Amino acid sequence: MADTFPQLLLERTKEFGDQAALREKDYGIWRSISWPEYLRHVRLFCQGLVSLGLTPEDTVAVIGDNRPEWVYAELATQAAGAKSIGIYQDGIVSEIVYIITHTGVKFIVVEDQEQVDKILEMWDQLEGVEKVIYYDPKGLRSYSEPFLMYFPDVEALGEKFEQENPNWFETKVKEGKSDDVAILSTTSGTTGNPKLAMISHNNLITMGRQLMEIDPLEPEDRFVSFLPMAWIGEQMMSFACSLQKGFTLNFPEKPETAMADLREIGPHSMFSPPRIWENLVSQVMVKMEDSSRLKKSIYDWAMKVGYQMADIRFNKEVPDFSLKVRYFLADWFIFQMLKDQLGLRHLKRAYTGGAALGPDVFRFFHAIGVNLKQIYGQTEASGISVLHRDGDVKFHTVGTPVPGTEVRIGENGEILLKSAAIFVGYYQNEEATQETLIDGWLHSGDAGYFDDDGHLIVIDRAKDVMILHDGTSFSPQFIENKLKFSPHIKEAVVFGGDWPFVTAMINIDMKNTGKWAESHHIAYTTYTDLSQKPEVYNLVKEQVLRANADLPKAAQIRRFLLLHKELDADDAELTRTRKVRRGYVSQRYDDIITALYGEEQFLEVTMNITYQDGRTATLNTKLRIETLDGD
Amino acid sequence: MPRGFFHRLNSSPLDLGELQLLIDNVSLSFGGVQALRKINLTVNQGEIMAIIGPNGAGKTSLLNCISGLYNPQIGQIIFYHDGQFELTSMKPHQITKLGIARSFQNIELFKHMTVLDNLMLGRHVHLKSNLFTGGIFWGWARREEVENRFLVEDIIDLLEIQSIRKQPVGTLSYGLQKRVELGRALALQPSLLILDEPMAGMNAEEKEDLARFVLDINEEHGVTIIIIEHDMGVVMDISDRVAVLDFGSKIGEGTAEEVQRSPEVIRAYLGEDYGPL
Repeated sequence: MADTFPQLLLERTKEFGDQAALREKDYGIWRSISWPEYLRHVRLFCQGLVSLGLTPEDTVAVIGDNRPEWVYAELATQAAGAKSIGIYQDGIVSEIVYIITHTGVKFIVVEDQEQVDKILEMWDQLEGVEKVIYYDPKGLRSYSEPFLMYFPDVEALGEKFEQENPNWFETKVKEGKSDDVAILSTTSGTTGNPKLAMISHNNLITMGRQLMEIDPLEPEDRFVSFLPMAWIGEQMMSFACSLQKGFTLNFPEKPETAMADLREIGPHSMFSPPRIWENLVSQVMVKMEDSSRLKKSIYDWAMKVGYQMADIRFNKEVPDFSLKVRYFLADWFIFQMLKDQLGLRHLKRAYTGGAALGPDVFRFFHAIGVNLKQIYGQTEASGISVLHRDGDVKFHTVGTPVPGTEVRIGENGEILLKSAAIFVGYYQNEEATQETLIDGWLHSGDAGYFDDDGHLIVIDRAKDVMILHDGTSFSPQFIENKLKFSPHIKEAVVFGGDWPFVTAMINIDMKNTGKWAESHHIAYTTYTDLSQKPEVYNLVKEQVLRANADLPKAAQIRRFLLLHKELDADDAELTRTRKVRRGYVSQRYDDIITALYGEEQFLEVTMNITYQDGRTATLNTKLRIETLDGD
Repeated sequence: MPRGFFHRLNSSPLDLGELQLLIDNVSLSFGGVQALRKINLTVNQGEIMAIIGPNGAGKTSLLNCISGLYNPQIGQIIFYHDGQFELTSMKPHQITKLGIARSFQNIELFKHMTVLDNLMLGRHVHLKSNLFTGGIFWGWARREEVENRFLVEDIIDLLEIQSIRKQPVGTLSYGLQKRVELGRALALQPSLLILDEPMAGMNAEEKEDLARFVLDINEEHGVTIIIIEHDMGVVMDISDRVAVLDFGSKIGEGTAEEVQRSPEVIRAYLGEDYGPL
């Protein structure tokens, strides 16, 4: 029985031999890497790191797009008994410096020139780092820093090491224990510096096994790894599940080609945050807006049938014969093609997690026959703790706990979790660990309750739940997701807790709204300009009214404005997984919120912009506030 | 597979720093209009040479003389490759065979063909299969196609245009089309790459990207580059030497800093200084 990832790798290599373990698109061609080749790279890189001085106390940081070398680097580190940490490559300098200096990082593995340049910029602050290892040499020929090393050169060191110490690797891997910390994972959603969760091999392997028990994947299945490897969801699928089941990981050529590559591979399983699913729906809706009237009417008919079918299945009723026939036709003519275009045709199951997904998006995917399921989990629980079972999907719930996981509701309504997958603790942060882990129960910070069928319902982050003026408690996310179903709305922040009514601050979607404006002959220049066009306000107003129609009266949006800038993770307004940092946003846009609850129709705002090249500018604009008729 | 480059995109047999192009006393006139007057200029292998000057100064005319589109009445242009070639007496297609590639001020691509096809077309001077062998597409012709595709993929990787590989060029943004045009010129495996205002009409971000690609081509592959550019910021950042033309004459040459200080250059750009009134 294998206890660690490297041990699992040895096991799978024995089991599958020359079959493809990884697949990478390079030069426009998919190239397979077999299990023995995979193992060889891990072994050589591990030995290379050890001959450079890696000890089990050290940490290796990896920054880059998803590539086989990313996977090699993590497993090589773990094989040597050390721990790895993935860092989001779009992270800001201060965050990266904090993570690297606080975790005792000795080696940084990076992808290319872009990241090397970033590291060089902060090099003076990176105490303790000995080598920076890159795997794409393009543009790095003339760099002479002595601490820079090329990935294959490290492997060459490993080769030399092997000649002197044969069989060292196998012995070392066998020494690995299941309680060893495998990875450190940054947790999102907090303000200030990120917390670093220590996750053991046992945590991750348990998690993967539990998930595979409910939703098995076969060795011949395919998975596309295109979300940041630093994210726990990707760690779960690409390491914990893949190493246990032996299915193939596929790496896209470039982040920009991910969607096209996804279509070429046709994965059997997919785990993405809501943003990806929302984008897919927007993509379909925008394309349909552009198509001919005939195509549109066929599509509308098929979607009507699809929604009927989806609703019947949600209610666990049996569809009548006529609906079955109509659905068969809709599937045959539209849905199969649609799924093929999106690359979802072979999906056995798809998961969404990280934040709540709007019910409209959910219904959409079930209507076209994608088995999309909500999961609930967090970094501290190594990923998934609760999920929908096949055929038992209710879109306002997150399903039932996975086997081996105990869930109970704390006295204050907080969701508490207990299982073998619960993390070890925060790295060098005893205080935070004690606040979160009490008697083995993980305090999630989310509020929730169980419904009559034993499904968990997550209301929201406990501190985000708002009490409306009529006394009902309501989740702002629910309203926001209603708004975000529109392809023209990218982000929305809803306020209302301490106020007499609900208001919203909305980000338009530049791409889709821009396209809409072009087809309606509306000239615009910048994002700010487009967002303040009266036509755009009318467009969004329609969407807000549509959302309002589904909401109880107290939760209806009464005033809204279109924000002059996009909320951005670089400005700390969003987390790296694109969740709104509510506290920070309401602090930063304090004047706007005050104006939303005022009488004025317009609001003057001034903002300072820092461009990428360091220039700064001040921008003055007038924002319009739209009032909706209430009574 | 490490993602370095398998192909040398530079076909010049010269060593770095050797004299590659000698423009000797070149004059060109159209009827009574004197487009170039007694231009002398040298370009060494591995250099980025920028040519600047106000509108109508004769920059493009000079490039057209090098690529054989115009024949100067006086003077000679000598290009050193695997021998010594006098360009003024050669036809444009013969000059192309020497590896002198250029991109144009306006986009000259086949709009309805994909990016990949446009780049493959840039390889045509290197293709040996004819209509017949290419039609059968077996044996040598097939191997040749694969070999050329491999090289084109190197260019796609260099210019980071993987995501638009199969898209028709006409559907792309202006900045991307310019990038593809650069790729088409590179597909020739140039010994000398001539870029005529590659950044005209681009926004700051597109300019920055393209400047980086030009530097990559020069640093990674050692391709000599002659570039006409108006944005002095870009010229300052990337060029090794700058030549300034005005009314068909060369009025300055040197590093970017030297040229910027030169009184003649300032006069050409800012006009005559009449002193205090």
